[in-house]
Parts: sequence; structure tokens; C-alpha cells
Amino acid sequence: MATTTPTAAAGEPPAYYELDEHPHPPGGSTMLGFWLYLMSDCLIFAMLFAAYGVYGGSLAGGPGPRELFDLPLVAINTTMLLLSSITYGFAMIATDEKRQSAVLGWLGVTALFGLAFLAIELYEFSHLIHEGAGPQRSAFLSAFFTLVGTHGLHVTFGLIWLAVLVVQVMRRGLIADNVRRLQCLSMFWHFLDVVWIGVFTFVYLLGVLR
Amino acid sequence: MSDDLIKTIFGRLTLDSFPIHEPILVGTFAVVALGGIALLGALTYFKLWRYLWTEWFTSVDHKKIGIMYIVLALVMLLRGFADAIMMRLQQALAFNGSEGYLNAHHYDQVFTAHGVIMIFFVAMPFVTGLMNYVVPLQIGARDVSFPFLNNFSFWMTVAGAVTVMASLFVGEFARTGWLAMAPLSGLDYSPDVGVDYYIWALQIAGVGTLLSGVNLIATIVKMRAPGMGLMKMPIFTWSALVTNVLIVAAFPVLTAVLAMLSLDRYVGTNFFTNTGGGNPMMYVNMIWIWGHPEVYILILPAFGVFSEVVSTFSGKRLFGYTSMVYALIVICILSYLVWLHHFFTMGSGASVNSFFGITTMIISIPTGAKIFNWLFTMYRGRIRFELPMMWSIAFMLTFVIGGMTGVMLAVPPADFQFHNSLFLVAHFHNVIIGGVLFGMFAGVNYWWPKAFGFKLDKFWGTISFWCWVVGFWVAFTPLYILGLMGVTRRLRVFDDPSLHIWFIIAGIGAAIIAAGIGAMLMQFYVSIRDREKLRDVTGDPWNARTLEWATSSPPPAYNFAFTPVIHDLDAWHDMKAKKAARPTEGFRAIHMPKNTGAGVILAGLALVFGLAMIWYIWWLAAVAFVALLAVAIGHTFNYDRDFHIPVEDVIASEDIRTRQLQTAEV
Repeated sequence: MATTTPTAAAGEPPAYYELDEHPHPPGGSTMLGFWLYLMSDCLIFAMLFAAYGVYGGSLAGGPGPRELFDLPLVAINTTMLLLSSITYGFAMIATDEKRQSAVLGWLGVTALFGLAFLAIELYEFSHLIHEGAGPQRSAFLSAFFTLVGTHGLHVTFGLIWLAVLVVQVMRRGLIADNVRRLQCLSMFWHFLDVVWIGVFTFVYLLGVLR
Repeated sequence: MSDDLIKTIFGRLTLDSFPIHEPILVGTFAVVALGGIALLGALTYFKLWRYLWTEWFTSVDHKKIGIMYIVLALVMLLRGFADAIMMRLQQALAFNGSEGYLNAHHYDQVFTAHGVIMIFFVAMPFVTGLMNYVVPLQIGARDVSFPFLNNFSFWMTVAGAVTVMASLFVGEFARTGWLAMAPLSGLDYSPDVGVDYYIWALQIAGVGTLLSGVNLIATIVKMRAPGMGLMKMPIFTWSALVTNVLIVAAFPVLTAVLAMLSLDRYVGTNFFTNTGGGNPMMYVNMIWIWGHPEVYILILPAFGVFSEVVSTFSGKRLFGYTSMVYALIVICILSYLVWLHHFFTMGSGASVNSFFGITTMIISIPTGAKIFNWLFTMYRGRIRFELPMMWSIAFMLTFVIGGMTGVMLAVPPADFQFHNSLFLVAHFHNVIIGGVLFGMFAGVNYWWPKAFGFKLDKFWGTISFWCWVVGFWVAFTPLYILGLMGVTRRLRVFDDPSLHIWFIIAGIGAAIIAAGIGAMLMQFYVSIRDREKLRDVTGDPWNARTLEWATSSPPPAYNFAFTPVIHDLDAWHDMKAKKAARPTEGFRAIHMPKNTGAGVILAGLALVFGLAMIWYIWWLAAVAFVALLAVAIGHTFNYDRDFHIPVEDVIASEDIRTRQLQTAEV
């Protein structure tokens, strides 16, 4: 049981209470808590990936991945999301350097890339539904729309959150609370990027190979 | 008004949705309505609304939230138990050509509601409440990591409970059994609102459960008092840590599978349908991947309670602390490797069944180690038979039988006989009543004096104890016997008159348990009435060993005026042995989080959203959802969330404590 116990100086009785209060900044657990939330969210995606893995071949006589997926379009979409992650990274560098207008600028660019991603995704969805390949068509399409749609929904909420943060940074500046919130959104945004890489590989690339 | 307009406004809610043709429900409604009006009237008459709102509903104090969770659990226990009595009565009556008094439509709702309520709205709030109350005190913290989130989590759980209760009087509840197995729960076979009530109740309460899991993990990892390394953490806190890891790692699975079921029902996808490439077995697998860890989420905190209680009332350090911790962790990991044992009969084949049968049996090893550790803790201890200890001993005797019938069920060939029989029903009641519920009752009797400053009455507590223990065995032994004879669960009428006697005995057992619940309510009433006689001013009525007993009872809002420093596993016992002096001066103002009503409002909007979705009232769902977002965003614009308890207030309450301790010594 090797634990770090505060040891008293030789000869003195051990202290049982800390008599001087040292300040604990609020939000000391926020990063850990947000990580835990992200991992729970990751499990939701894990279940959706599992569902897609099981239903990937359940076409019910309907169209399959090879007929439906437009890889160049998805590649452009992936690029949008990856770029948005890079620009968010620039926003965080600017946060560290306390350059508020640069932070706001990079957040704006991130939002544009995020919106472009969503727009392309919506176009793809409407195109599929228009072709009669909607989520009701087969279990494969149910799993596809749910997995990709859940990711899209996350990006949507990320964008709403980003807009709120832009307002808050404009109002209050880069105070500790806002920096912490920017860090949380940063983790969220990169997390969505990682999930998307899984979607791109597992759903689109492997789907077309199948 | 045109039909279309009415449909747009009210969705599928019509006058026929109110079950005025069911006399039992109308009677229940009359009683609930009268009771509710009486309660609301009393609150208004005694001008308690403002007090409740400012001191309790909006409170971010982990102690008050913990107490509110347990009040919710006790209230819902009465509802869930009413369902149990109805089933016992129905099965005792429905012989010799009698149909009993419940029609199939109603009976199926009763057994579904009983399971859902007992697991999600009795057992879950009970363990969450106890963890919320005890953990920060045990680790020497002033609150949890995210106090507002804690309040929000509680109200989301309440919103889920209200959703279930609403189904009693508006529409109906699911008729599918407590896990709503597909394809029965799909739109084809359950087109009405019952399954939607089920889905939204669990989704809303699930948000609360998950967030409270995140909150407690962060609290335990980040906020322990200096010197409290992981292996110096009280064992109940360890059980809480493992439990909350299980919650965070299991509840998202439930969220995902229920979301897919909702999509099948609302959008027409084909996840769990028989057609369109869907596969109902996916539902069975996924729900049990959550469902099996869930039973450990319930039992591990109870194990933690027993460990504290046995050690305290034997006057000894817990035997085998390290092995207890590792047993918890091993159970946590194994709980993810056994889900398939819930459906050995569904065609997985011999190899897969063998794997899951063996992993299931392996779980009995760490669990058995814990039982032996408790016995060795008692060995040569100076045992005091106070109520918490009595519950613990009853648990050990009862739970061991339940565990052994569990090992019987884990043998795949034998399971082909036991599957879906009353033997299974007897088994899981054996471990949930004999394990979880007895553990929670031990915990309530143990920590009540900490929470309120006076002990619970022993006379009524003893009566309640014996009624519960005897009643449990009278009620469930017949179910074991019937199950071995092949009687399946969830039956409403019986043809074979030779079975009748067993159901009558089981019904008598349920009546004895009812007496136990009555005696428990009496115990609370008598204790509150005689509180001055039962008063404890020391803050440590049981001569206990862990840190929560170092502060006053009830503890001040800030728990500890000075952060304690830990040198030993049994920190408080160590402080008493070394005669560590409690500082009586040099107090400072204490930084604490402010109360907020945002949690109540957000959960209220979530409730409206859920009900609107259940009844297809799309406009209301949209309004509630937008409002939910707006309030949540609005709440983030409030940066002013903390305040300081002025030093005068700290000095005042600590001086009272000093005087109390002086009188206690004299």
C-alpha cells in the first residue's frame, strides 16, 4: 500500500486537519468529467457501429453500399471536417496566446467548415432518400442513416455550442470559465473528427469494397 | 372543430385515452387525487412551498439531493409493491375456472410496471441517493465535483418516474415485460402508447443516471482528502467508484438500443423488425449488454454498505480490504462477459453457451470471497446486533441461497428447464430483495443518525426486519418450487389445481412483506416523533470507523470546516485512537456553490417533451425541445455560481458542535 501520506516533521504529532485553506479553482474536475462524458458518448457510437456491422449486409433486396455511396463527395466532406479540426486547433493556440480576435476568427472559420460538412451530408441524405434509399428501405440503410445521422446531430449541437461560445467570448473575453469551455468544445470537436474517421473507413471505404 | 385540427393539437390523445372503464384504475385515481390534494393543501396551509423550493428542490447540496433520491425511492417502492400485491392476488385467485380480477390487458401492464419501477425508480434512486449522501462525506469533500449537474440528474430521474406514473391514468403502460423485448415492443405488435411511455421514461431518467455517474467518478478521483490514496479509500467509496464506472460504461448502451427501438417505432426503420432485414436478436443482445452490468450497478453499493456495517458493528477493521477491492474490480470486468446467459435457449449453440456459462460461474468466486471476508470480519469480533447488522446477517444468509440458485441457472443444459420459469423469478428476487434492498435498509438504518441527528426506533425496526425476512422466504420459496415444476412466469390464469396452494402461500408471504413495509413507515414516524429521546449529539453514534462520522449530525452545509488529513484506512478510528484534536478556532469563510432552479426547470421541460412525443403532439414536442435548449444555453450565461459562507456562520455552527461534544463527554 504505497500511497503518499503527508508525513509530519520528525518528532511532531501528525496533522489531522489542514488548518490553512488553499484555494481550489472551480472546475478542477471539468476536464476529467468531460472526458468521462465523451467516453460514454463513444459507447453510443460503438453500439451504432456494431449495429451497422451486423446489418451492413441486410439489404432486404434494396440497394447496397456500392450502388449508393459517392466516394469523391464523401472525400470532400471528410476534408471539410478534418480542416475544421485543424482550424479549431488554431483557435486553441490563439487562446493560449490570449489573442481574442484571432480566437473568434478561427472559431468562425471552424463554423464555416462545420456548416459545409453538414450541408454536404444533408445533400447526400436527400439524394439517397430521393432515390428511394431512405432509412425505412432496409436494415442496412436504417443502420447507415442512424450512425451517420447521429454523428451529424453531434456536429449540429457542436455548432450551436460554438455559436454560444463566440457570444460569450465576445461578452466576457478569455476569462478562465470561457477558456475551460473552449477546451471542452475542443475535445468534443476532435472527438467527432475521430468518430468520423471511423465512419469514413468502416462505413464508406469498407462498404464500397464489400 | 375539424378532426384534423383536433389531431394536430392533441396528437393521438383522445377522451378514450382516459381509462374510465377500468374500476380499479378509477379507484386508484380517486385515492391518489385525494391524497395529492390533501398533500398540496397541507403544504400550502403550513406555508412550506417556499421552504421546499429554496432549501430542497433547488439545492445543490449533495446531502439534500441524496435524501431526496431516497424519498423518491421509498415513494416508488409503495407503487411498485402495490403492483406486486396485485399480481400475487391475481395468481392466488385465478384457479378452478376463475379468471381472477385483472383482465389480460391490465395484468400485463402490472407486471411490466412492477419490474420497471422496482429497478429504475426504486433500486436505482436508492443506490444513487446513498452514494450521493455518503461518498463526499467519506472522502472529506465539501460537495461533489459538479453540484448543479447533481441537482439536474435528480430531477431528470423524477421526470422519468412521473412519466411512468402518468401512464397509470392517461393511456396505458407497456405490456411487454420490463425489458420490452422486440419484436413485441415494435409498432406492429404494440401500436399504442405503452411502449412509448416506457422508452421516454427510461431515456429521461437515463440522462440523470449517466450524469450522476460521471459526477461521482470525478468526485472520487479528484476530491479525496489529502493522504487518502486509492487503497486508503473507505470500501463503500470503492464500491461507489466501481458502480459509477459501470454506470458510465453501461447506460449509453441502453440509450442507444432504446433510441434504435424509438426509430423503429417513430420513423419506420428496420432494426428490430421481422421484415426489411431487421433482427430482433440484436435487441436481445444489446439490451442485456446493458442489463447484466445493471444488476451489478445495483448490488455493488449494497456490498459496500455491508462492508462498512459489518466492520463497524464487529468493532474490527474490515478483513481482507485489498481482496475486497480487487473482488469489486473483477466483478466489474466480468459483468460485461456474461450477458448471453440470459438467453441460453435462443440458439447460440453449445460452444457460445459454454463460454458464457463458465464466465457466469466465475463471478461467484469474487462474490464468495466477499462473503468469507465478511464472515472473517465478524469472527472474534465484538458483534453488536443493531438494526444495520441484523440486515447484514439476514443478507448473508439470504443472498448465499440466491447466489447458488444463480449458479444453477448458469448451467446451460439446466437452464433449458429453468428459462423463463418462476424459478428464475424467485432467483432474481432472492438476490435483489435479499441483496440490494436489505443492503439499502441496512444503509438507511446505519446512516439515518448521520443525516438527521437521531437514531431510528429499534422496536419497529425489528418488527419490520422480521416481517421482511420471513415474508420474503414465505413469498419466494413457493416460486422456486413452482419453477422447478415448470411453471412459467407472467401467467395470468392456471388450469392445474394442484399448483393452487403454492400461490396462496406466496400471497401470504407478500402480505407479510406488506406488514414489513408498514412497520418501516411506522418506524420512521415513531423515530421522528421521539427524536429527542433518540438524539445523538456526538455525530458518531455507532463508534464507527470512517470519515463521515467525524463531523456533526446532521453535517453542516460545508461538511468539514477544515479539510481532514488521512493517515489510515479507517481514518476516523485512527483519529479517535490518536486523540486527534478537533480545531475549535481559526475558521475561515467557505467557498460553496449557489442553489439554482435551472435543474427543476430543465427536467420539467424534458418531461413535457417526453409526454408530447408519447402522444404524437408534435408542436408541443418542438416547443418543449426549443425551450429546453434555450434554458440550457441561458443557464451557461450565468457565471455567478458560487458564494462564501461568511466566517461568522461557520464559527456559530462550529461552536454549537464544540458545546455538543462537551456535553456528550460529561
